[in-house]
Amino acid sequence: MKKEFKVITELIEENSRVLDVGCGDGDLMKFLLQNKTIDIRGLEISKKNVQNCLSKGLAVIEGNAENDLSQFPNNSFDYVVLSQTLQAFLNTERVINELLRIGKRAIVTIPNFGHWKMRLHLLIKGTMPVTEVLPYDWHNTPNLHMCSIKDFFIFCEKRNIKIFRSLALNKEKISSIDLSNLGIKNLISELGIFLIENK
Amino acid sequence: MNNLSKIKNIIVKNTQKLDCGMEISNFPLAYETYGKLNEKKDNAILVFHALSGDQYASGINPVTNKEGWWNHAVGAGKPFDTDKFFVICTNVIGGCMGSYGPNTIDSNTKKPIGTNFPVITINDMVNAQYNILDFFKIKKLFAVTGGSMGGMQVLQFVSNFPDKAQVAIPIACTASHSAQNIAFNELGRQAIMADENWKNGLYGENKNNPDKGLAVARMAAHITYLSKKGLQEKFGRKLQESDDVKFGFDADFQIESYLRYQGSMFVDRFDANSYLYITRAMDYFDLTKQFNGNLSKAFEKSKTKFFIISFTSDWLYPTSENRDIVIALNAIGADVGFVEIKSDKGHDSFLLNVPDFLGTLKNYLKTTYFNLNEKRI
Repeated sequence: MKKEFKVITELIEENSRVLDVGCGDGDLMKFLLQNKTIDIRGLEISKKNVQNCLSKGLAVIEGNAENDLSQFPNNSFDYVVLSQTLQAFLNTERVINELLRIGKRAIVTIPNFGHWKMRLHLLIKGTMPVTEVLPYDWHNTPNLHMCSIKDFFIFCEKRNIKIFRSLALNKEKISSIDLSNLGIKNLISELGIFLIENK
Repeated sequence: MNNLSKIKNIIVKNTQKLDCGMEISNFPLAYETYGKLNEKKDNAILVFHALSGDQYASGINPVTNKEGWWNHAVGAGKPFDTDKFFVICTNVIGGCMGSYGPNTIDSNTKKPIGTNFPVITINDMVNAQYNILDFFKIKKLFAVTGGSMGGMQVLQFVSNFPDKAQVAIPIACTASHSAQNIAFNELGRQAIMADENWKNGLYGENKNNPDKGLAVARMAAHITYLSKKGLQEKFGRKLQESDDVKFGFDADFQIESYLRYQGSMFVDRFDANSYLYITRAMDYFDLTKQFNGNLSKAFEKSKTKFFIISFTSDWLYPTSENRDIVIALNAIGADVGFVEIKSDKGHDSFLLNVPDFLGTLKNYLKTTYFNLNEKRI
């Protein structure tokens, strides 16, 4: 998903402070450091991933975003990035609130469960969709709260969260999402990328 | 012990005011180095030792003829790679391997200073060791590191000298000594002071040292450095040289024999009074209190990059206490990395061959040195 990294990079301004929540083995952090002059930290739950990040010299701390975001002060980052991890949290709403408390803005990317392949899979096969982006079976998936691009729009609307930019990624193609094309973008996009802040 | 003449030292001329109010000057600070200081003098790493350690972190200790205490971490091709870095380790003041301590001979009485030595703190230790930077004309260290009490010194060092180290790696430590740890230290001190040979600390004239007390102190402490699981796996209920218990108080179990051995080895190389002074310094350590309850303030002025490491089975300096340091650093937006390494080896993990620990540390140091000092921009 290098394209996703590129889009995230373009959303981040130079000389800003960034926190990557659920930074994995640090690929996005490294990509951002190579392409922007920024100060970046990471939070990651897996020991192995944290050790890999630290081996690369990245400032990553081991921790669980559900509990450990509370240690960061209000507005201590310009951007908090959450790349394809939102669906894995128990308390999604609290995590989003924390992102927007710590960061002036948050960048959230979500695998779109509204994509036509998902819909067709469930319609035709009648079993939970398994795809390249979401390769798990229903019984072993870490993804507790799947949502569609449209779901996320509605969520932000209800919670008074302002969407600054919303972008859709389909294969390698990027396009903007707005209320007029939301229906079609929700049908054809694999990934939604949102730049959000508290109203 | 012999080969004391092989100990390198500097004489600190400056007057140093101690936390207890007393002043010391013209005192010896023993040190050892590994590797070479490069021309730019940007590759120096200052290693702080723990309670029972000394300046001989690597190689063979010339006084005891035993391996250095951090041989797994310091040496050629090891995390603190002496092919690349210049590693300095000094004996803390209050110690007994050549630095100013209770076993230093008083020039007037020609006897060991004993308990006339002033009570010292971690802050005093760090301030004394700072003199080694001037001796080597090092403006800024690449890194300061240490485990356990060594980690406490790392925290104090960065707090006292915020612009003197690029990287700080405190390992398996705490910013504030816990009641449990004070309790264990008190147990050790009481064992020493209960030994009739201790004589209020003024022993040593006719070789009758409080060895029994010091051995018991070491035995008790040694248990705290291991984990229950580690002990069970290594010793279980295995018996020593027999098929059944002997209905007596000799060492029936292997664990008993092991602890007795640890105790007896320790008294050969360590001074009982040093044990009192150094454990006291650890107990007094409370960096949070030094900054009126706000640990973040200790690091506010520093641009040092932190890497904090704890171990899953360490119940003496548990992950939660290491994490408190991380939290304090995050509160001020400091550059901090943190990982809890999985290990069954207890607090001693930092001294032992724990591949996840050593591997991560090695790569971290290599990459970070490159990023900070070698990368062409």
